[in-house]
Amino acid sequence: MNRLLLNKIVITLSTLAALMGISFLLWILVTLSIRGYHSIDWHIFTTDLVNNGLRNVIIGQFILAGIATVIGVPVGMMAGIYLREYGINSKFAMIVRNLSDVMMSAPSIVIGIFVYGIFVVPFGGFNGWAGVIALAILMIPIVVSTTDSMLSLVPQELREAGIALGASKAQVIYKIVLSAAKIGLITGVLLAFARVIGETAPLLFTSANNNFFSFGLSNQYPSLTVSIYHLALFPSQTSQNLAWAGSAILTLLVLFINLITRFIFKPRKQK
Amino acid sequence: MKLAIQTKDFSFTYPKTKEATLKGINIPIYANKVTALIGPSGCGKSTLLRSCNRIHDVYPGNSYDGEILLYDNNGEKAENILQYKKENDLINLRQRIGMIFQKPTPFPMSIKDNITYGLKLSGIKNKTELLDRTEIALKGAALWEEVKDRLNNSAMGLSGGQQQRLCIARAVALKPQVLLFDEPTSALDPISTASIEALISELKNELTVLIVTHNMQQASRISDYTGFMYLGDLVEYDVTETIFLNPKEKKTEDYITGRFG
Amino acid sequence: MLFNRFFRGLSHTSAWLVLTILFAIIIVLFHYSKSAIGDFGFFHFITNSKWIVGNDGNGGNFGGLIPILGTFLSSLIAMVFAIPIAMGIAIFLTEIAPEFLKAPVGIAVELLAAIPSIIYGMWGLFYFGPLLQSWFGGQSNSLLTAGVVLGIMVIPFMAALSRDAMNTTPSVLVESAYSMGATRYEVIKDIVFPFAKKGIIGSVILSLGRALGETMAVAFLIGGVFRFPDSLTSATISIPVLIANNFGEAGNLQLSAMFYMALILFIISFFTITIAKFYFLRKTD
Repeated sequence: MNRLLLNKIVITLSTLAALMGISFLLWILVTLSIRGYHSIDWHIFTTDLVNNGLRNVIIGQFILAGIATVIGVPVGMMAGIYLREYGINSKFAMIVRNLSDVMMSAPSIVIGIFVYGIFVVPFGGFNGWAGVIALAILMIPIVVSTTDSMLSLVPQELREAGIALGASKAQVIYKIVLSAAKIGLITGVLLAFARVIGETAPLLFTSANNNFFSFGLSNQYPSLTVSIYHLALFPSQTSQNLAWAGSAILTLLVLFINLITRFIFKPRKQK
Repeated sequence: MKLAIQTKDFSFTYPKTKEATLKGINIPIYANKVTALIGPSGCGKSTLLRSCNRIHDVYPGNSYDGEILLYDNNGEKAENILQYKKENDLINLRQRIGMIFQKPTPFPMSIKDNITYGLKLSGIKNKTELLDRTEIALKGAALWEEVKDRLNNSAMGLSGGQQQRLCIARAVALKPQVLLFDEPTSALDPISTASIEALISELKNELTVLIVTHNMQQASRISDYTGFMYLGDLVEYDVTETIFLNPKEKKTEDYITGRFG
Repeated sequence: MLFNRFFRGLSHTSAWLVLTILFAIIIVLFHYSKSAIGDFGFFHFITNSKWIVGNDGNGGNFGGLIPILGTFLSSLIAMVFAIPIAMGIAIFLTEIAPEFLKAPVGIAVELLAAIPSIIYGMWGLFYFGPLLQSWFGGQSNSLLTAGVVLGIMVIPFMAALSRDAMNTTPSVLVESAYSMGATRYEVIKDIVFPFAKKGIIGSVILSLGRALGETMAVAFLIGGVFRFPDSLTSATISIPVLIANNFGEAGNLQLSAMFYMALILFIISFFTITIAKFYFLRKTD
């Protein structure tokens, strides 16, 4: 075949593929906007699921993901610090690094039923804490990996300079290394939060769902994503509209966080 | 003397920059001679070299002005290569004007496939012809004896100097009219450098060489003509001896004697 | 000094915790699977196509063949759909797109990757599934719908990883091929692809790992019916969907069988991801 023709064909096909990818994104976003526009009103934000509102489940989702972040980030960050600052290339550090990497891609439903096994069965029923733990477990490997790679970008001279001034290793890490890597770490935490706040599968059998407003994490706990799942499959127009409203809110939130991190991180990159 | 290339009021501007990197360059490149371009970094010598085979066009947004004339083998008829628009014209141009880069660039394939790559692109399919031309090219690059027993091994296994000679052989195999060298020895040790220089001097029997170098000894050793460039201008162009022994411009003298650059 | 030791101790413990969680997952899954493993063994379980709850609600005859098949088939369709498009996007982003398009298209692709999977499920359920049904007949919720939407979900992930791999090709090498008179396509085929081969294969396998374990989108779209798919457009079930749909009301043995399924899924995805990460995507620093 003619070389130039083949070249043109491949270029055209690749461009079409890119167009196709973008049109899927647009298609989903447009669908969400239209359906969301028609189903979101103030009523949704002021009433709970039991009255066809989403107030309790949105707040519930934030609380679940928020507490998961409060647990997952320190653990993940400290583990990441160990890998980069103490263990570095020791066998133990390499094993943890690799296995954490693998855990990052583990199916989230498996994490969900693992937590069911240790936090639901022994305590006799679905509870908010189990949901929190499941999300935290999902989050830890993500935070480990970003911490590890962000700290690796901090120049070694900075650490040496700190040690040379007589700071202890912990002080060097705490005061110098972490603040040098601050922006990257914040970005990582935000992205990890965005990832877990959109999770459904790990919550299905841990915190499950609740129609009412609740701060009691020892009972079934309201969740936006689990609500969307149940509402969407329920054969009633009201439920499905509510599911679309929830989907639009969730997507807006997740994309918003993603775009924010892009702007936080950008000036740093240009330097 | 026959001309191979001649630029006429040639200017070049990179995308998103206001000022032209090359401003109204007029330089003749004579056939079967070695012409060297020297000058401090950022003077535009590589930009000029890279204009001659339009490799800049791999990246969008550059603008050319003026003419670069490429003569036929008799030095009579010339075409302005800046007028080429079609991909096919650029492909033909690049097969007529080969290029050797700063770092050796063996492709991730066997030694033989590296040499036959360009030949196959130009439409040669006959296996014996491919093998013959591989042998001739490798012999021409003084590499045949070293690699003839491992032609099917990966080219990545060769030493830096061997890789660079392989790249020369790869370019020579296409029987180009002109070879462009962009600081071809800057990544090599002195022994490999000497062998590349010897090779360049030999190549001019068959083709025309335009070489960018930051090494003035190298320019004086291998070139017949030298152009000194500074801040996007061709300050002085002459026979190499004249440039090095008796430069007309103060700037040239300062640079050659090491007062700046 | 106390702070120093405390800090180090805390970070060491956290690192251990990561390992502990991983082992705990395996142990807990295994613990709950034991009665199903005892009753059905391994080969019998994975070749048995029945999933029948006993009369007393606790016993029954459970086999994993259909969900395993559903998982692999839907992921296979996803790969067939995703690979060409993801490669096209990666090629577009590295070799074709003009500078001013690279960033916005790149961002769009990454945003596509950030959308929660439940949203893909909603979209597939109400829009894409019915569309596929109107083209190909059969059922709206089917192996095909689940596979294609799964494919759309992994496209951005695969494209981004492949693009990163292709971007590692040194630009001199690319220029060098152009200077031999190669066309853009030839440069991609002969230089960029061979150079990035490992990374590209790794990105495909990693995406496969994602597809195998994806729950929510598939739960909406595969139909959730326990039967052999007799065509692409008929409904079936996958491992995650089996768990998501039946876990809540399962009796003892069924629950154990589902843990067993989860254990199998975890091991399959563990190996898939390990191969991708440590053979193909190993960072060479």
